[in-house]
Amino acid sequence: MHSHILLSLSIHIAAYKISLLISFSLRSLTIINCVLRYYFRGRTNSNMQRQLATMKQSLFDQGYLDEQFVQLEELQDEVNPNFVEEVVTLYYRDSVRLVQNLEQALEKNPLDFSKLDSYMHQFKGSSSSIGAKKVKIECTQFREYCRTGNGEGCKRTFQQLKKEYATLKKKLEVYFQFARQVGPVEKARRPK
Amino acid sequence: MTVEEIRGDGDNFPVGLRVLAVDDDPICLKLLETLLRKCQYHVTTTSQARMALKMLRENKDRFDLVISDVHMPDMDGFKLLEYVGLEMDLPVIMLSANGDPKLVMKGVTHGACDYLVKPVRIEELRNIWQHVLRRKKCDNKNPKKSSGQVKSHQANGEGLGSPTGNADQNGKFNRKRKEDEDESEDNENDEDPSTQKKPRVVWSIELHRKFVGAVNQLGIEKAVPKRILDLMNVDGLTRENVASHLQKYRLYLKRISSAASQQAHMAAAFGVKDSPFMHHMGSLDGLGDFRTLSSARLPNVVLSPYTTTTNAMLGRLNSPSANVSLRNLSPSVGPLQPSQAQNLSSSIASLNKMNFGTQNTSLFQGIPSHLEQNATNNNSKGILGTSNFNAIDELLNGASFNPEPFDASGAFGSSNPLLSSTESFHSQLPLVNGSRRNDASLNGAYLNTDFSSGVGLVGGEVHNMNYGNNIFGSLNSSNISGNGIVSRLGRSLGQNNAISNQRMDGFVNGRSSVSGGSNLLQQNEIEKPVNELRQRSNEDSFLLEETRLNAGFVPQSYDSLDELVNAMIKREQDETVSNCEFQFDDDYAFGNGI
Repeated sequence: MHSHILLSLSIHIAAYKISLLISFSLRSLTIINCVLRYYFRGRTNSNMQRQLATMKQSLFDQGYLDEQFVQLEELQDEVNPNFVEEVVTLYYRDSVRLVQNLEQALEKNPLDFSKLDSYMHQFKGSSSSIGAKKVKIECTQFREYCRTGNGEGCKRTFQQLKKEYATLKKKLEVYFQFARQVGPVEKARRPK
Repeated sequence: MTVEEIRGDGDNFPVGLRVLAVDDDPICLKLLETLLRKCQYHVTTTSQARMALKMLRENKDRFDLVISDVHMPDMDGFKLLEYVGLEMDLPVIMLSANGDPKLVMKGVTHGACDYLVKPVRIEELRNIWQHVLRRKKCDNKNPKKSSGQVKSHQANGEGLGSPTGNADQNGKFNRKRKEDEDESEDNENDEDPSTQKKPRVVWSIELHRKFVGAVNQLGIEKAVPKRILDLMNVDGLTRENVASHLQKYRLYLKRISSAASQQAHMAAAFGVKDSPFMHHMGSLDGLGDFRTLSSARLPNVVLSPYTTTTNAMLGRLNSPSANVSLRNLSPSVGPLQPSQAQNLSSSIASLNKMNFGTQNTSLFQGIPSHLEQNATNNNSKGILGTSNFNAIDELLNGASFNPEPFDASGAFGSSNPLLSSTESFHSQLPLVNGSRRNDASLNGAYLNTDFSSGVGLVGGEVHNMNYGNNIFGSLNSSNISGNGIVSRLGRSLGQNNAISNQRMDGFVNGRSSVSGGSNLLQQNEIEKPVNELRQRSNEDSFLLEETRLNAGFVPQSYDSLDELVNAMIKREQDETVSNCEFQFDDDYAFGNGI
């Protein structure tokens, strides 16, 4: 009898210990699993986010984008999650015809400066709306040449403008592709 | 407090402010829309100014505020601004990538509440509701004083449209009237028993014709509202209505005369080209001078004789000769071939250049092309269309083209044209009779005025010459003030045309070209009406076109004749003439007169 009781007791204790052990291990496993999961995911995402932020900062620093771009980003929210990208895409689509018009107008002889100026005015308006800083600078330069009637200057500036325009387009494409991977990020910090 | 009175917004103003955004640049438009939504406004967007106007006209109560770009392909932003200010009296904010102070000034003088430079910041948009509030407040209380007189004038003028609009010009008089007018303007909303609700008097063509007839009968000097009212014998018309209309009319004539004097010079220079009419002209007082002048193209020298001549002619109020005098000028040109027309136009152009500067030139440049396009009728029209106000005289002289299309032209050339022109019209164009009557009275009326300049004649001419004097008509319309006159002419012409359909075709075209004067030359400025006019020149819709033309023209004239227009605008704003432009009823009076 005595032994019976002892035996049962020990069995109970053993069982208890085992269950503890199991639960503990299970828990720890889950915990470890979770920890590992969070660790890896968070790290990747924040990494990417950091990368994205760096990319954007460099665009600002190099003068490709200005304050207006930040404004655009601030308008992006749950209702308009891809607002900035939409606007930029629209810009590149719409400005193609303006660029074409300018090309054609620049090939005429003699140059119609008022027409050129008018095209460029539109182009400048769009470019400044998305914050394309370098492009806008070239637009201003172009209009100045138009004002003084400097045909050569206009043509030169226009070539430069096209370069800037194309460069920005590529950079923004990369930027947006990356941004899509990262997913919605917190509001962009203003570039210093 | 007015906040509560503001429709639909109540205590949560400015949330829910209804904004109409117009911009041809899709990027800016999208951006603007998003920004405005962020401010919790209700946004409607369109990239077409015409669409915007249509929307606004459909329901005047649909929007609280309009934001519009300055550079747009189908219509200039300033024109849209004028329209909106006059018709709907909504606050308009201009938007442009160009922040040049001159443009900003232009915006403000045209009545814009505000001028924003692209790219637009959200902070700027957060404050736009102030303009709405300000305007409403002013509307309800005093004569509108929002952003300066221009706006108030426009607002008042627009609302009043009718004779009361004149009140704007006259400070004291205006003040008293303005309140009444404002009240009547805010009729729908105004439930204040203290305000008198005067139903707006619409100065239809008939009414205006009667008015002008009465004025002519009495003599412009002696025309007093009471007597005019008695003569007109119209129910429901008050002395005040007549008085304000008379005021507008007087201002209009003054404007014409000043413009006409310039044109007279031009006309004088050109007036006497190889037309057989010269003889006749010589018979007329001072007409002979034209002949000498014809080749000379001396600006001022030519002008004075011409002016005096025209003045003399004009002096004879109801005499057809007066009307004819201008006509003579034109008929003389009648036989001119297109090439001649070309010459004329070029000479006119040169004259313009001499006298008026680039504006005219550009206008005239258009003339030759215009001339080429059509037959003689068109030619005359082209000239008319293109010339500015100044050009009117020249055109008149060159108006000889006009006669061509009409068989009457020959008649004009041959007989003592001045006198016979009117008559010839009658004989040749039976339809004219009806209109002629009007014309004569109108002409007389206009002639009586001090403005001897071709404009006056033209105005009269227009009526008489509806058929043949496309040039005149168009000249008047286009050149004269551009705004009021054109519209006026259009109307008057339209009326006459209604009577005499057939010749309208050419005329219409001419008219459209003329009134569009700037329109023709400046395609982009030409509004739909003008285009329609051209297309439908052969229709009897002349009247309709005329009116449209007028409306269209008015804004366009601004562009083409910068200084003139601006001056006119300012004047008009003061006067209610501007109102007239958009409201044919009002303009009719003036237009007919011309």
